Amino acid sequence: MRQSWWKILSVVLLLYTLIQGLVGTIPRQPVLNETLRNVYFHVPLWFGMMTLMVASVWFGIKYLRGGNIQDDEYSSEFANTAILYGALGFLTGAIWGNYTWGDPIPKDPKIIAVEVGLLIYSAYFVLRSSFEDEQKRGRLSAVYNIFAFAAFMPLVWILPRLTDSLHPGNGGNPAFGKYDMDNRVRMVFYPAIIGWTLLGVWMTSLRIRLRAIQRLKAEQ
Amino acid sequence: MQEIKALIEKEIRLEWRQKYALNGMLLYIISTVFVCYMSFKLKVDNIEPITWNTLFWIILLFAAVNSITKSFTQEGAGRQLYYYTLASPQSIIISKIIYNTLLMVVLSLLGFLIYIIMMGNPVMNIPMYLVSIVLGAIGFSTTLTMVAGIASKAENTSTLMAILSFPIILPMLMMITKLSKSAMDGLDWSTSYDEIAILLAIDAIVLSISYLLFPYLWRS
Repeated sequence: MRQSWWKILSVVLLLYTLIQGLVGTIPRQPVLNETLRNVYFHVPLWFGMMTLMVASVWFGIKYLRGGNIQDDEYSSEFANTAILYGALGFLTGAIWGNYTWGDPIPKDPKIIAVEVGLLIYSAYFVLRSSFEDEQKRGRLSAVYNIFAFAAFMPLVWILPRLTDSLHPGNGGNPAFGKYDMDNRVRMVFYPAIIGWTLLGVWMTSLRIRLRAIQRLKAEQ
Repeated sequence: MQEIKALIEKEIRLEWRQKYALNGMLLYIISTVFVCYMSFKLKVDNIEPITWNTLFWIILLFAAVNSITKSFTQEGAGRQLYYYTLASPQSIIISKIIYNTLLMVVLSLLGFLIYIIMMGNPVMNIPMYLVSIVLGAIGFSTTLTMVAGIASKAENTSTLMAILSFPIILPMLMMITKLSKSAMDGLDWSTSYDEIAILLAIDAIVLSISYLLFPYLWRS
């Protein structure tokens, strides 16, 4: 029970998000209309992905410093969930874009950035699978992980703000927080971020435990 | 410093004896440009400026990937071990990056010469285009040297090299094509300070990350 409070919290928050997202009231906005409900799903998935990527890099650094194989498992599994969240964020974004921008994948620097991000992490897994030796795999993939992260961050955080973008908060567009969100939306939006992030961590922890069991079985 | 100088000298001397990279890559660029010449210039004699520019950068990108891949694979494992006992990993990566940058600057400038002879020269602001070539050469060589170090440890080096480096190099490539397109259109320098600054910043990030991470790579 001591260990599982955050899992319960995650489920409760996500149920709340789901109910509010499907039947809750939402402010009427021009163009956006009812699609603003997607803000509870699309945006928190991105936040979750960023958190998971940072966690993956964090454990990559930890592995390089300590050489503990468990840190490498953490790092790769966090990256795995980050890819899943990235793909889901991409999908929800495509649905949203279809109804507000008239095109599921319009020309937009943030979309390009995320496509590149997914490519980078897919390459990370190809790199991982090309090594037999566990220590070597851990070290090289951690190096690539950190390197790619450092190259990816300017792409996703700086470039969209310099060029024109359809996304709010970029390229001179006002951020969502300023005009579109009233307090009712915020009441769901912030819990949604926490809920989705916790769910990501939970999924990752399950996969990590599975990996640990497999490793122990293999050693026997 | 002494160490780095000696290592760069060694790289240049090695290159001078084999003349593999310079001659091979030059021929590579010439034949690719010739293919482009046959398919664009001879057939229709009408090439859009944007195609002209992108084609040039794609040719350079592939030439860079091909020539830098060999910077870690050309020397056998035994000799690498020998360097490991002699020099610090930092000076090895710095010397390799400096050498590859020199190589890339020479290659891309020669490539540019060949390209404008064969494909015509629509560039209005030549000095700015040359600056973009030099910046591009520095960016390519810093990023690719590190990735080559990672890929050389695996079995299928050349495949890995492409899939690992392309996503990382994309933000840089976007900036470079933008900068060189402005140079083609003969825009004023002041319009492109942003891109130049971002390119230098990305180079600085990649350089410092390589400096920090290479020791871990070198150890395996």
